[in-house]
Amino acid sequence: MALLQISEPGMSTAPHEHRLAAGIDLGTTNSLVATVRSGVAETLPDADGRHILPSVVRYQAEGEPVVGHAARDAAASDPLNTIASIKRLMGRGQGDLKTVAGHVPYEFAETDSAVPRLRTAAGDVTPIEVSAEILRSLRARAEASLGDELAGVVITVPAYFDDAQRQATKDAAKLAGLNVFRLLNEPTAAAVAYGLDQGGEGVIAVYDLGGGTFDISILRLNKGVFEVLATGGDSALGGDDFDQAVAEWILEQSGIGEVDDHRQMRRLMRAACAAKEALTDAERTTVRVERVDGSDWEGELTRGTFKALVEPLVKKTLSACRRALRDAGVSKDEVENVVMVGGSTRVPVVRERVGEFFGREPLVDIDPDKVVAIGAALQADILAGNKPDEETLLLDVIPLSLGLETMGGLVEKIVPRNTTIPVARAQDFTTFKDGQTAMSVHVVQGERETVEHCRSLARFALRGFPAMVAGAARIRVTFQVDADGLLSVTAEETLSQVRASVEVKPSYGLTDNEIETMLTDSFSHAQDDMLARRLREQQVEADRVIEALDAALAADGERLLDDAERAAILAAREVLVETRAGEDSDAIKAAIGRVEKASEAFVARRMNQSIQQAMAGHKLEEFE
Amino acid sequence: MNLDFSQNHFELFGLPVGFEVDAGALADSYRALQAQLHPDRFATADDKQRRLSVQGASWVNEAYQTLKDPMRRARYLLELRGVTFNDESETSSDPGFLMEQMELREALGEVREAADPMAALDEVGDRILALDRALTDGFEQAYAGDDLMAAKDAVLKMKFFRRLREEVERLEAELEDELA
Repeated sequence: MALLQISEPGMSTAPHEHRLAAGIDLGTTNSLVATVRSGVAETLPDADGRHILPSVVRYQAEGEPVVGHAARDAAASDPLNTIASIKRLMGRGQGDLKTVAGHVPYEFAETDSAVPRLRTAAGDVTPIEVSAEILRSLRARAEASLGDELAGVVITVPAYFDDAQRQATKDAAKLAGLNVFRLLNEPTAAAVAYGLDQGGEGVIAVYDLGGGTFDISILRLNKGVFEVLATGGDSALGGDDFDQAVAEWILEQSGIGEVDDHRQMRRLMRAACAAKEALTDAERTTVRVERVDGSDWEGELTRGTFKALVEPLVKKTLSACRRALRDAGVSKDEVENVVMVGGSTRVPVVRERVGEFFGREPLVDIDPDKVVAIGAALQADILAGNKPDEETLLLDVIPLSLGLETMGGLVEKIVPRNTTIPVARAQDFTTFKDGQTAMSVHVVQGERETVEHCRSLARFALRGFPAMVAGAARIRVTFQVDADGLLSVTAEETLSQVRASVEVKPSYGLTDNEIETMLTDSFSHAQDDMLARRLREQQVEADRVIEALDAALAADGERLLDDAERAAILAAREVLVETRAGEDSDAIKAAIGRVEKASEAFVARRMNQSIQQAMAGHKLEEFE
Repeated sequence: MNLDFSQNHFELFGLPVGFEVDAGALADSYRALQAQLHPDRFATADDKQRRLSVQGASWVNEAYQTLKDPMRRARYLLELRGVTFNDESETSSDPGFLMEQMELREALGEVREAADPMAALDEVGDRILALDRALTDGFEQAYAGDDLMAAKDAVLKMKFFRRLREEVERLEAELEDELA
């Protein structure tokens, strides 16, 4: 057999050439970019000195999409065009939307493509494109800050992300013009940030409590090799639930009872969140809220009460820790380091209980919002070849088993979960019927025994092998998973050497062609006649606003508005109809703004109502 | 570096061919190979080099997993000696062994009804471990004595114990969750 020739690492890199590299934490709620400068990893701020970029994109009929704080601030007034939490939709197919629709306030476009599209003022967009906008914004920030183009980036993903979700993340990076050195698991990045890769051996637990999700990962470090042993968590548990618990306490203590007004609910949640944050440093804090009749209620929340309120939530996270330890096959006292990630780990009672559970002080020195981005930056610096003496190697495992559908809708696992990647594995199959000359290959991912309970990744056919009696053909199916956890599958009839292969993408990712089209689209767009386009877009936008408003008024106008409110909205609508007939795009835009302003409260009430209806009787896990 | 795909897994890691494996030496050798081959070492290299690195690292991972796991290692040793396994149809036909398996399954099924389910599970688990160990010893002897048919039968039996052990772990997890 031939010898495989591989040059020494770093050989292709010219000496002393420093490549610019960055680490990106692409989060559900917030995103960050970090880089290594003069040996120190740090997150990069925007022009206003803010490090965190809210993962929110607002699409407008005119101009570029708005990303970050400005987009988040517009979420209440323009909910349908302001896309938040897009990470939850990454790598999800049309079929998955049935479970998500109604729970995210977006409109989905009817499409033949496997990838869902969200309807916005700027046209239909895919989750990949939305994520690409966030990445583009971070890229611009990094390149402005570093003064040159990035050679490559490391992007972090949750350890449990499946093939489709990883592929979607990579596609988004490609669309944003980024070269991805590696997708890195978030917990591994956090451990790297603490330099745990530098010292010896041992088991590390990464406890990640964010705004809306909780993840626990158990890693093993052995002579510079990181292995993810197990992951677990709760996709619907986070700091927001702490706020909710405090808000409920306020309602009960103040005698306010039920709140049906969206704005008051927001004020209440803000007060709850502020109280929670105050208790990080203080033993007690004063809570003040306005009752419906305008009078004030004032009460005192102590750390003790707060602790009791959130105890059930913290307990839930600890049960998940126990399960993850068991999956990893390690006991609590084998855990040598506990890394805290996510803003909610600032809460003292969380630190305390996690410390008690593992029997050791958790690591909290690095800002828990930034720790993942910092770890990614350190790894990006190494992969760029800037530290040729670095010996650390991060070996990841696949989070979910990969397999094939066999007769009767059963799953044959080819690569079991927690297998170290990259990996290639082959299995032989044979024909079922006499004279069979084709075989269909259905690739799935998941732990369950039956196909309908696993995620379908791809289907393809192997055709044209010679007819033989049943059981005589030898079809070898090979799974290759690369270091990012991405899969390609090859099938070959070994006697006749007929081959077929597929990069596992088409089911939920975008094909390379689709990406090309998006890239060319974005170029040709820029060459349009700007003025004519702006007018046309504003007219379309005006029509959309009027149509949406009319539908909303017909549905809920009587119930949710009083006469004065309704009159104000109708007056603004009248002005818009008139300006829309003209040719002044700025005037149309202003008129749209006035309609939106007038109907702001109405929109908020409707949203609140639909969310309450949608949430009744459902748990968030169903939508993950 | 050169990677010779015609090497067997033991040669790849510089270890003697045999059932007895020095776990520490295996792990060290594995890490040294991955440090050279892993795609992360070729993040800025050209596509061809990266592809080769994925192939090489995959092969080393597969070899490592094979040698680390006693059952897979036993099977691989026999395959090196020309023994073939037909996974779909082959199974042990030793009636005494199959009877013993049924008894163990029944014992597992009754764990939940016991006064102290955890203790009952520990007891069945210990029995399974002891039998599994005896089987491994049996494989080693048969392999050392060149009785490849007996060695193959031992590998086929190991599969049964693997499933039983998985069953024990699953049950243990369920019980722990119920008690927590």
